[in-house]
Amino acid sequence: MWVYEKKLQYPAKVCKPDVKMAKYLIAQYGGPDGELAAALRYQTQRFVMPTGKAKAVLTDIATEELAHLEIIATLVFKLLKGVPVEILKREGLGEYYTEHDRGLFYADTTGMLWTAAYIQAKGDAIADLHEDMAAEEKARATYEHLINLTDDPSVKDTLRFLREREIVHFQRFGETLVQVREYMESKKFF
Amino acid sequence: MDGNQISMLKKIMEIEFTCIDLNLYLDTHPEDQKALQDYNYYSNQLSMLKQQYEQFYGPLMVFGHSQSQYPWKWVDDPWPWEIEY
Repeated sequence: MWVYEKKLQYPAKVCKPDVKMAKYLIAQYGGPDGELAAALRYQTQRFVMPTGKAKAVLTDIATEELAHLEIIATLVFKLLKGVPVEILKREGLGEYYTEHDRGLFYADTTGMLWTAAYIQAKGDAIADLHEDMAAEEKARATYEHLINLTDDPSVKDTLRFLREREIVHFQRFGETLVQVREYMESKKFF
Repeated sequence: MDGNQISMLKKIMEIEFTCIDLNLYLDTHPEDQKALQDYNYYSNQLSMLKQQYEQFYGPLMVFGHSQSQYPWKWVDDPWPWEIEY
């Protein structure tokens, strides 16, 4: 089961509201390479992993991704806080406001809704771990793009933390891939 | 939220992050004794810090993981996304 902890994993602060940045950041909330996709992908792939280590890695990284989802939501929430409707409309969030006001919803930066078609669970540990490594690299690239899109030092700081986590996750998935391969090879001789 | 609460919360974030990172490392290196020692050390620090925090500011976790003073303090604002860090 899961238990919620009433804290963020890392502080999420913004210097001032910024509608454009909120619109870009939503990519990591409900976009194809975002945190929701990551959390749900790893969570559902873990059931058929062949080793205890692989089950642990997928469970723990899925859980950490949920914490990152909350950090992104907090940034978007704060970037939109108190912004008048005319400005939301002018900065390209008129459509978003129509459906969600300043609430959080699983869409990407163009308004496309999140879909399970973004992810896969192949029932094959080797295939799934390759997907996971690619997913971490895509998320790392997205964070780099987002860091380039803002001048807000507080937002940059939080995004840098999230970017570094993608690199650590990539490393752990890579180790897991090697270990799962070794396990499968060793089983052939039994 | 007073300054003391924020600084206690940030300290908890810091130590818990140390635990998370060691945890992921141990998942693929379960036989690294030094890392395990560090994990156990920081895990102990974390429970002490959380216990102190919860005495003043209410439970960080529910579902039976922490107790609450009267009245049930879980429902108190601010929630994590409302805090000015």
